[in-house]
Amino acid sequence: MTITKTPTTKRGKLVNLRNFPGFNPTAWFVLFFLYSPLIYVVIYSFNSSRIGAVWESFSVKWYGRVFENNDIQRALKNSLQVGLVATVLSTILAVMAALGLLRMKRAGKAVAIALIGAPLIIAEIVLAVGTLGLFIAVGVPLGKIGLMVAHTAFCIPFALLPIRARLSQLDMAPFEAASDLGANESQILRRITLPLLAPAIVAGALLAFAISIDDFITSFFVAGPGATTLPVYIFGMIRSTVTPEVNAISTLLLLFSGTVLIGSYLIQRKRR
Amino acid sequence: MTVTTSTPKSGSTQRGNRARPGQSSPKLAYLPIIFLAFAIGIPLLIIVVYSFLEKPSQGTGVKWVFTTENYKALFIQQKLDGTTALDTRYLKVLWTSFTYSLITTTVTLILSVPVAMWIATRDARRRTLLVALVTLPFWISILIRTYGMRQIIADEGPIGKFLGLFNIDWSILYSPPATILGLIYVFLPFMILPIYASAERFDFRLAEAAYDLGAKKLTVVRKIILPAIRPGIISGIALVFIPALGSFLQSDMLGGGKTNMVANVIANNFGQARNWPFGSALAVLLIVLTLLFVLIIQGISQRRGDKVELV
Repeated sequence: MTITKTPTTKRGKLVNLRNFPGFNPTAWFVLFFLYSPLIYVVIYSFNSSRIGAVWESFSVKWYGRVFENNDIQRALKNSLQVGLVATVLSTILAVMAALGLLRMKRAGKAVAIALIGAPLIIAEIVLAVGTLGLFIAVGVPLGKIGLMVAHTAFCIPFALLPIRARLSQLDMAPFEAASDLGANESQILRRITLPLLAPAIVAGALLAFAISIDDFITSFFVAGPGATTLPVYIFGMIRSTVTPEVNAISTLLLLFSGTVLIGSYLIQRKRR
Repeated sequence: MTVTTSTPKSGSTQRGNRARPGQSSPKLAYLPIIFLAFAIGIPLLIIVVYSFLEKPSQGTGVKWVFTTENYKALFIQQKLDGTTALDTRYLKVLWTSFTYSLITTTVTLILSVPVAMWIATRDARRRTLLVALVTLPFWISILIRTYGMRQIIADEGPIGKFLGLFNIDWSILYSPPATILGLIYVFLPFMILPIYASAERFDFRLAEAAYDLGAKKLTVVRKIILPAIRPGIISGIALVFIPALGSFLQSDMLGGGKTNMVANVIANNFGQARNWPFGSALAVLLIVLTLLFVLIIQGISQRRGDKVELV
């Protein structure tokens, strides 16, 4: 990236895009806007008061409540189970789709891309109620299995994004060399394609996991009473009353998201 | 085994046209396609079919009798005395969704261009940090972000308390502005990131050259910078407008159910209202509107020669 700092111009000074009027305050305002609600949630998770908006004194009691709450534990367990299964399945399917799509004919490719892209474009509520209709029509009981299927489906496009991007940047030489030297398809896949795609596969899997763990609408409709996930449970809590416990759960989830993001960032930097 | 002496062009080795990444046959894509046809294709088909069926006299689900009443009910009201009249309730819901999304897209765009440009002109290390800061909310549950915004704008929240010092009344929660604010808040990173991706590739020496040649600052922005980041702007518009149009949580949690958007009405028909066929008809309408918007965006980007891939 070229950001020249020194050149002097005829008009005396560089067209200082770095200090374009208004850019600086706007940027700081936006960062403040993006983070103040999150910071507020974190701070008030340590508030001992029962009433959310009144600061009383520092306390970690709401964290204690969270860890004691069996419903939360169960919801978290459901979320993690669904998330892990959906991540593994959607990543495998995304790798297969990415590789297969490369050599597909036009018509088939168009259908495939429409199906893969649908969850990115069509409102989640539509797919959620449609999936509910499907499960009821074919007799899939509402619960974890159905949830895993639904999550896998809408995670595929997200897992696919980094994999397709990486695939389009790959250097052909190793493939040609391997092919010339007599390697067969599965050898090339195992020894060249997958290792070269590994960072993108990891990135895709992390993205899929984040999408699955965060999902609310589909889970809300398809989970049924037995498989309540964490977001669905939190939604119920928020809707009924304001409870400081939610601030504590939110802070823990923030911590988790931050860790995953930093982790994925470090992995990608190391592999590069 | 013969040894080829000429260097074959990519893909045309002696073993035939196979030397490409993803050697694997297209059959590999069959399983994911079949799965998606089941888990995405059929649900969409079901919604279309349901929208032409009758509601059962009791309970949820559908009665397998063909009807177009659900679509008529979107616009026409059957009165008790048998006469019909134009029903604007659902048109209003659609109009609300459309205008909220439009306002959200406009405001996020106005905020994002300066932010993206600002980030792109920082030095490399700062840039990495800033991009991470903008990306982080993307990874945080929309539910939690909306909940955080609800606490900030609540009557007794920090803004309310601050304004209370000056005896100014603050009451925006559970109103249309609160919903719109929530949408802006949640979708802002979706606008900043693609514009930044374009701005990052922009060679800022071009702007300097234009300035050297006598262009005013605003001319530089209009004629040099905006065209360069246009692909990012177009993707950003799509990435904000489309999910905003189908958004559910913001109007539910911040609008307090007073300002329904399409998704809320669909959800209600599949929930308490127990009218799946009518909910399906609304869902079909939402799909049609979304696809229409996608076509418009694609048309614009193709005409301009920008390569914008939504999928």
